[in-house]
Amino acid sequence: MSDFEAILKAYERSGGNPRFLRSSRVASLVVSGNRVLGANEIAGIHLTSEQLPDGVRVKVVVEPGVKLDTPAHLCFGVIPAEGIQRILSKFEIGAGAKADFIAHCTFPNARSIVHLMEAQIHVGRNAQMKYSETHYHGEEGGAEVLPKAQVIVDEGGQYAAEFTLTTGRVGKLDLDYVVNVDAHGVAELTTKAYGYGTDAISVKETIRLNGEGARGLAKARIAVRDQATSQVIGTTEGNAPFARGHVDCIEIVRDKAVANAIPVVKVTDPRAYVTHEAAIGTVDKKELETLMARGLDEETAVDVIIRGMLQ
Amino acid sequence: MQNGYLLRVENLHLQRQEKKILRGVTFEIAPWQVFALLGRNGSGKSSLAYTLMGCAGYTPSEGRILFNGQDITHLSITERARLGITLAWQEPARFEGLKVKDYLALGMKEPSREKMEAALNAVALSPLSYLERTVNDALSGGERKRIELAAVYAMRPRLAILDEPDSGIDVLSLDDIARLIRRLAAEGTAVLLITHRNEMVSVADVAALMCAGEILRIGEPQEMRDYYASRCQPCITVEAVEPPGGEYERL
Ligand SMILES: Nc1ncnc2c1ncn2[C@@H]1O[C@H](COP(=O)(O)OP(=O)(O)OP(=O)(O)O)[C@@H](O)[C@H]1O
Ligand SMILES: [Mg+2]
Repeated sequence: MSDFEAILKAYERSGGNPRFLRSSRVASLVVSGNRVLGANEIAGIHLTSEQLPDGVRVKVVVEPGVKLDTPAHLCFGVIPAEGIQRILSKFEIGAGAKADFIAHCTFPNARSIVHLMEAQIHVGRNAQMKYSETHYHGEEGGAEVLPKAQVIVDEGGQYAAEFTLTTGRVGKLDLDYVVNVDAHGVAELTTKAYGYGTDAISVKETIRLNGEGARGLAKARIAVRDQATSQVIGTTEGNAPFARGHVDCIEIVRDKAVANAIPVVKVTDPRAYVTHEAAIGTVDKKELETLMARGLDEETAVDVIIRGMLQ
Repeated sequence: MQNGYLLRVENLHLQRQEKKILRGVTFEIAPWQVFALLGRNGSGKSSLAYTLMGCAGYTPSEGRILFNGQDITHLSITERARLGITLAWQEPARFEGLKVKDYLALGMKEPSREKMEAALNAVALSPLSYLERTVNDALSGGERKRIELAAVYAMRPRLAILDEPDSGIDVLSLDDIARLIRRLAAEGTAVLLITHRNEMVSVADVAALMCAGEILRIGEPQEMRDYYASRCQPCITVEAVEPPGGEYERL
């Protein structure tokens, strides 16, 4: 099997559809280890990359005013059981542009893999960017994944990011996203993860509403079982008049797992309004018993409820 | 099967936090039978339903539950469900992220689109508008109750315990619920129908009156209904003082 075929297979395992990576009409980028195996540009979007000893540097530019009608597909993976992959990325979404990205990060055989993602994202004036990232770390719990993002949303811009790691083991996840939002801009961060075994999940979502009328939502849905642990720190700052923000964290804990939630709201302008809700608990008794009364065993019922929450 | 009964409850006692909630409940339900259980608020109807289903915290301190001749008193909810017992809660649960179609499919042996549609039709909900919806707050209380009943119907249980299927249902729609219960029975499901509503009792083959954790009387639905409507009132005081057993006879 060629390297490209191998990574496509891993991509599929993580929920991606390889059709998109083969299509010439869809912008795409395929990175395996520290090699770029494929890059497809379409009108209005530029993908440049540079090989590093332990990863790649990637630059994605969407020209001002360009509205991509199909999402760009990105695939980052490591096929061997061990290794390190550092992705240094820069996204520049030009003023008034609109672009969606669907990324899959896949380490199907991970026994000892470190994946570092350092992203710098700039969403221009009135531009819109959606970034959804789905991970698959295999079944052995041997991945250590550190996604970091620094995001700037200009006036009237919109940024929505969703990070999903709900099939297979997590291993160790240390996510840290910081978004600065200018006037009338919008930021939405969503993280969903399901840890079991000895998985360790740490999520930091920070939204700074720095411009008048900026809006933000930092959302997390986490489930932990067995001995897994999770910590979620969702921070929203209201630093300008009429900024509105909300931190929303729900965690489900089972067995000997431990979950932690720290919602932080900070307001430096009295006309800003920031709220939070955090709920940590076990699976709701009535939900569980209802499913069991339909014949599901307890394990399966718990799984159905958790997967529902992670939808 | 023992003596032709599907469910036999013998001298069931339940205590929760020192409080005696069931005090020697005994009754039987035959296969295909609709058995109505009447009783005022707090008389122990829901507690009996949870005990029969095997819910956590509802382990009887005394007595047994026989299903189809088998002692199920200590079986788990799942085991009871797999024997063919299910429960529709008085206040159905909400399920974030679970679609109606998936919810219906959970209890079906061989899920199919046709069966799901049939189940929704049986509770007078249009499959087209409901199959893709989520079983959460976006549904009204009445809609969720109907979907709960549809899920019970879809399961084709041998015994359906319906805890006030008529509550939160508007008067005009009571007929839909009554029709569903008749249909369940006609298709081979025995029903334990918990209700306050006189008009629902007419669906039943037999009815029982519960008061302060005891079954006072079992008899013809009509007769029990009249009894409940006209003579059950003093029960409230009886309940409040929790008299020792036997004193209800004065009713
Ligand atoms: N966890 C508990 N601890 C103590 N008492 C309880 C508990 N749960 C229920 N009870 C009591 O048990 C009694 C029976 O309650 P139950 O809900 O079974 O009544 P019900 O007949 O279903 O009433 P309703 O018609 O209002 O639904 C009530 O007095 C109630 O207060
Ligand atoms: Mg009740």
